[in-house]
Amino acid sequence: MGTIIVVGIIIAIVVIVLFVFVGMYNGLVRSRNRVKEAWSGIDVQLRRRASLVPNLVETVKGYAAHERETFEEVTRARAQLEQAGTPADSAAANNMLTGALRHLFAVAENYPELQAAENFRQLQSELSDIEEKIAFARQFYNANVLDYNNRLQTVPTVFIAGMFGFTPEEFFEADEEGRSEVRVDFGRETPAPPAPPAPPASGSGTTS
Amino acid sequence: MDTSQVPQRRVLIWDRIGANKTRTVLLIFGFVVFTALFFAAVGSIVAIYSGVSPDVDPTLTIQIAVAAALIALAIGILMYYASTATVLAISGAHQVGKAEEPEVYRIVENLSIGSGLPMPKVWLIEDSAPNAFATGRNPEHAHVAVTRGLLDKLDKLELEAVLAHEMSHIGNYDIRIMTTVAVVVGLVALAADLMLRFTWFGSGSRSGNKGKGEGAIALIILAVAVLFIILSPFIASAMRFAISRQREYLADASGALLCRNPTALASALEKISKDPEPLEAANKATAHLYIENPLKEHQSFLNSLFATHPPVEERIRILRAMGG
Repeated sequence: MGTIIVVGIIIAIVVIVLFVFVGMYNGLVRSRNRVKEAWSGIDVQLRRRASLVPNLVETVKGYAAHERETFEEVTRARAQLEQAGTPADSAAANNMLTGALRHLFAVAENYPELQAAENFRQLQSELSDIEEKIAFARQFYNANVLDYNNRLQTVPTVFIAGMFGFTPEEFFEADEEGRSEVRVDFGRETPAPPAPPAPPASGSGTTS
Repeated sequence: MDTSQVPQRRVLIWDRIGANKTRTVLLIFGFVVFTALFFAAVGSIVAIYSGVSPDVDPTLTIQIAVAAALIALAIGILMYYASTATVLAISGAHQVGKAEEPEVYRIVENLSIGSGLPMPKVWLIEDSAPNAFATGRNPEHAHVAVTRGLLDKLDKLELEAVLAHEMSHIGNYDIRIMTTVAVVVGLVALAADLMLRFTWFGSGSRSGNKGKGEGAIALIILAVAVLFIILSPFIASAMRFAISRQREYLADASGALLCRNPTALASALEKISKDPEPLEAANKATAHLYIENPLKEHQSFLNSLFATHPPVEERIRILRAMGG
C-alpha cells in the first residue's frame, strides 16, 4: 500500500515536470515565431522602399541628368538592401539607403522644376511615409526580439534553450544620424518635431 | 525627451492580451462570487418568508432569478455583437479611407504596425469638439473614430498620441472587458429590482401568525439581506466605473509607450479637456468610450465615484512624469 502511494507521487511529479518542460519549450517556439512575424513587417516596408527607388531615380534624372554620382550611390544602396540576408545587414543597407536618399533630396533642392513636379512630390511623401512605417515596424520587431532574448537568457528557460539550440535574435538598429535626418528632410508637413517620438531606444537601450 | 525616461517596464502586446484575458476571467470569477452572495441574500429572504407563510413558493424566486440571468445574458451577447454598429450610428460617424483623410489614416496604419494589431477601420465624426474613441469586440473587428475638431486642433504628434491611446484600448481588449462588466451590472440591477418587488409583495401577503421569539434572528438576517440587495446595484456600478478608470490609465501608459511620446499625449489631453465645446454626438451611454469625458460634467464626490474617466489633471500629471 505504502509503495503504491510513493510510486504514484513520483509519477505525478514526473508528469508535472514534463508539462512544465513542454510549456516552456512551446513558449520559446511561440516567442521565436513572433520575432519572425515581426521581421516580415519590417521586410515588407523595406521592399516597398527599395521598389520606389528606380522610379525616383528616373524622375530626378529627367531634371538633373548629370548628377550621376548621387544616382549611383542610391542604386548601390538599393542593391545592397535587396541582397541583405540578416536583420543586421538589412539595417546597415537601409541606413545606407537613407543616407543616399538624403543626398539625392539635397541635390534635388537645386532644381526648382523638379521640386514642383507632381510625380516627385508624391514619391517624396510616399518615401517619408514608408520611413515612418519602418520606424514603427522596427519598434515592434525590437520589442519582440527583446522578449525572446530575455526568455532565452533567464532561468529556467535558459536550460531548455541550451538543450534545443535556440539562438538569440538580432535587433534592427537604426543609426541615429540617418534617423534624425529623415525626419528633418522629409518631414516638411510635420511641425518640427524637436525630438522625434524617438522610435525605440531599440534593444541596446532597454535591455540594460 | 530621452527615451530612457519612458517607463522601463516594456509591456508586449502579447503579454497585455494575456493579462487582460486573465483579468476578464478573474472578473467573471468575482462576478460569480458576487452573484452567489447576492442570491444567498435572496435565498435567506425566501427561506424566512416560506418558513412563516407556506403559500409563498420558494422555487418561484429561483425561477425568476434564472429567467433574469438568461435575459441579462442575452442582452449582453446582443450588446457584444451589435454595440459597435449602434455606437458608430448614434455618433454620426462615417468611414474614411486613405484617399479622404490621408494624415489620420497613415497614423493609424503606422500605429497598427507598431503595435502588431490588425488595421482598424477609421471613422470621422463631423463635430468641432475634439475627441476620439475606439470600439469593436476584438482587434480583428476594431474601429477608431475621431472628430473633425481633433484633426483641426491637434498637431501631428498629439494626434498620433491620441490614436496610440485608442489603439491601446483595442490591444487591451477593453471593449470586451467593459461589456462583460456592463452585463454584470445590468444583471445585478435587474435581479435586485425583482427581489425587492417580490419582498414587498411577500410581506403584504404574509399573515401575522409568526411567533415573536423566533422572529428576531430571522428579522436581522432579513434586514441584512434586504440592505445588501438594495445596495448591490450601487456597489456593482461603482465597481464598473472603477474598472473603467483603471483601463483609461492603462491605455494612457501603453499608448505613451506605443507612440514614444507621453508629453504629446499630455498636451493633447490638455487641449481636449480645455476645449469649451461639448461634443453633441456624445451622450451618457457613449461617454465612457471617448478618450476624455465629452460631457463636461462638474466635479463632485458622487461624480468622481461614478466617473467613467479619471481626473484629467491626474492623467496629465502622470504622463508628464513619464515624459520627464
